[in-house]
Amino acid sequence: MTGYWQRHPIDVSACAFLVLLAPPVKHALEASMTAQMLLQIPLLVGVGCLLSRAIPARARAIAADWNDRGITGLVLASVASAFWMLPRTLDAAVTEPLIDAAKYFSVPLLIGLPFALSWPRMGFIVRGVFLVEFIATFFRLGWLYLIWPERLCNVYLLDDQQRLGQCMLLIGAALFLAVAAKLVWGRFDSLVASHPTSTSPTR
Amino acid sequence: MRMLRSLLASLALLLAGGVTLSAATDRFQAFTTESARRLAVRQHPAEIPDVALQLQSGANIRFADFRGKWLLVDFIYTRCPTYCRALGGEFAQLQDRLAGPLAHGKLQLLSISFDPNHDTPRQLAAYLQRSRDRGAGWFASRPVEADALERLERAFGITVIPDGAGGYTHNAAIHLVDPRGRLVAIFDADDPRLAGRVLLQNVDR
Repeated sequence: MTGYWQRHPIDVSACAFLVLLAPPVKHALEASMTAQMLLQIPLLVGVGCLLSRAIPARARAIAADWNDRGITGLVLASVASAFWMLPRTLDAAVTEPLIDAAKYFSVPLLIGLPFALSWPRMGFIVRGVFLVEFIATFFRLGWLYLIWPERLCNVYLLDDQQRLGQCMLLIGAALFLAVAAKLVWGRFDSLVASHPTSTSPTR
Repeated sequence: MRMLRSLLASLALLLAGGVTLSAATDRFQAFTTESARRLAVRQHPAEIPDVALQLQSGANIRFADFRGKWLLVDFIYTRCPTYCRALGGEFAQLQDRLAGPLAHGKLQLLSISFDPNHDTPRQLAAYLQRSRDRGAGWFASRPVEADALERLERAFGITVIPDGAGGYTHNAAIHLVDPRGRLVAIFDADDPRLAGRVLLQNVDR
């Protein structure tokens, strides 16, 4: 079963990108720290993920030659994520149009796209390490935002920062429960079967 | 082969990422805008634009008129119910602590309102009185030209946002401007002792 968005990834991701770029939407999503970090940036990551479906098979194969077990793509996505998690860059994305433009292009292209190309190539262990670190990041940052007595961003209010902290702790807990449930009751054979490196002739 | 290529690519990306993160945080020293602006003025003093200010007396003055004196500057709005009242108290404390340089005309305390439409000279005078002004060397002022506030905020690095309850939130601090009209240091608003000590060191030098 394939949905419209899977058959027309470029159309859908371009539409989503334009909607996110529309001034009222952009303004609403950047008006609060919670919305920028938990809605705008993840949605931009989603645009990049969708875009990966539009990559032609040849380009995909070339990228795969440099992306053993998805490690390279994961490194790129992690480093780019770290950059957009700095309080300074969140501030600058709101006050400096150039930084904002850099965010709109780098989040889809340097986080969403490489991650989507890498996830199917990751084995059980790489996925496990990624998920543990991903969940831990929600807990670490959520806790920091919740207890930090001062504003970390000059353009956002303290209660916004604390609400973001609460939301991140809740999301971290939900992700943890979901992964735990999958470990207890889930099936992992599909993951092994779809692992492309095991059948790749170039190894 | 693929593994080696991926390893090299990953290392290159890590290196590029490290360089980028280092540049974005001033070598891992400043992760917030506030710490970045404090670091920046210490390394590269910022020229303050010569804008016109109206004082609590109604008199007009230009920023350049303060040349030759050290300045301690804070940003206020007189309707502020909580934090600025504390900051006003800090300036009154500094008047006591720095009575010497103030009496010799080497220093001026200056509060600048970022709410000039509301903060008329009358409001500014009432603010000084509420803050227990000792009557020596402390001006409360508002910018009068159309773009003066924006230029001052940009030069000092002040961000003012609505607090959702009819007031404002801003990055409150005590700013040290040298006799050449350059912003050279920024101190925590609740640490007037440090601001006073650094000022005395500079005046004596």
